[in-house]
Amino acid sequence: MSDWVDVCALDDVDEEDVIRFDHAGRTFAVYRDEGGAPFCTDGLCSHEQVHLADGLVLDDEVECPKHNGRFNYKTGAALRAPACVALVTYPARVEGGRIQVQV
Amino acid sequence: MAVTSTNARRDYSLTGPESARAVALGLASAEWYHTEVPRKVMKDLMRRNDAVATRDTAIWLGLMALSALGGVLTWGSWWSVPFFAVYGVLYGSACDSRWHECGHGTAFKTQWKNNWVYAIASFMVMRNPVAWRWSHARHHTDTIIVGRDPEITLMRPPDITRKVLAFIGIPNVFQDFAVLARQAVGRLSPGEAEYIPESEVAKVTCWARIFVGIQAAAVLAALLSWSFLPLVLIGGPRIYGTWHMVLVGLLQHGGLAEDVLDHRLNSRTVQMNPISRWLYWNMNFHVEHHMFPMVPFHGLPRLHELIKDDLPRANPSIAHAYREMVSALLRQRHDPGHYVRRDLPPGARPYRMEFHGEDALPEVK
Repeated sequence: MSDWVDVCALDDVDEEDVIRFDHAGRTFAVYRDEGGAPFCTDGLCSHEQVHLADGLVLDDEVECPKHNGRFNYKTGAALRAPACVALVTYPARVEGGRIQVQV
Repeated sequence: MAVTSTNARRDYSLTGPESARAVALGLASAEWYHTEVPRKVMKDLMRRNDAVATRDTAIWLGLMALSALGGVLTWGSWWSVPFFAVYGVLYGSACDSRWHECGHGTAFKTQWKNNWVYAIASFMVMRNPVAWRWSHARHHTDTIIVGRDPEITLMRPPDITRKVLAFIGIPNVFQDFAVLARQAVGRLSPGEAEYIPESEVAKVTCWARIFVGIQAAAVLAALLSWSFLPLVLIGGPRIYGTWHMVLVGLLQHGGLAEDVLDHRLNSRTVQMNPISRWLYWNMNFHVEHHMFPMVPFHGLPRLHELIKDDLPRANPSIAHAYREMVSALLRQRHDPGHYVRRDLPPGARPYRMEFHGEDALPEVK
């Protein structure tokens, strides 16, 4: 299992929002849900190479900004075409007021 | 500003040499220009609600029911004409914008509402709801990229007679039905096979069969009753009521640039009267829609106000936009490379040459 990687301060991500996080040549999307808990998925939509961090978080879902495909960012499941392939999800946690992900 | 580039007649199919050219030039699935909008502002603009679309849909379906009832009750007299004039536009024109917005999933916050209205509007506009979801996704990926975009309606040189006939649904309604009939037997065209995944073909077929079945039932009802009334109610509005959809739809990209990666060059925003705006669900803000398809129709006027200083000036009326477009189309008949290049206001970010290298994109110089 890989090490935990520091992303940002908890307050850098609003509740029910998403930011882009680039690490080791890869890009991820880091979310907080309505309750403030952090989550992490692949950063690019599985339909086309579009950053999900520019999309919209609604409840447990993120909507791709280009074609309105939707995913459950907690499970990675593709929910709405043209998104058909699930996102890979990664463990996320809050430690000392900072979000960390295991990627 | 009017610009002339190449005069070569182009191949608009998705399987020909233009498709390979677009890929080779980096025009496929490319990075597009967008105006910078702060994240917090954009989040507010993207916010969904059910209220506006629910109200509009209730008015839409309610008016359709009332006008249909009036038309049926007065059938056989001239009094039915105004009723069906209203019904026809609500069915044969407003269906397009409802199809479009619900296809994006932005009209309603609740997804099942988007899905239901999308299915109903797809039937009215005679588009397969599955096939056209993929078609429209491609249109947003590769807007007016020749060989990639399946929704280019004004190809060059333009066939103006055909576009005039489109105002009465000829021959589009028959072609659209023929496409549904083909899909109903499980066949995709080579172009459709380019953008519809294999896994979706069964759904395409299923929806095509449902739609063809309903249309066939209307024809059967007309034969059994020996009356045109069933066809005036079902299917017919795509002929006698489609004029408004064509009127506003042609303006979206007509006469503007091809093969550019900036929606300010290939899309048009037009100020319109409130009735057209309502029928069209604000798709007159077309540059804004393409730049930010996550913004629901009711947020587009606000988005326009926010970014208009970075966009070409909106055409002030439908008539103004038609003068601009028709002038370009008439010239494109013998000069297919001609297009309208829209001037940016002072202070706007210029058209980005790194997105439009002159060698790759002769239309932007």
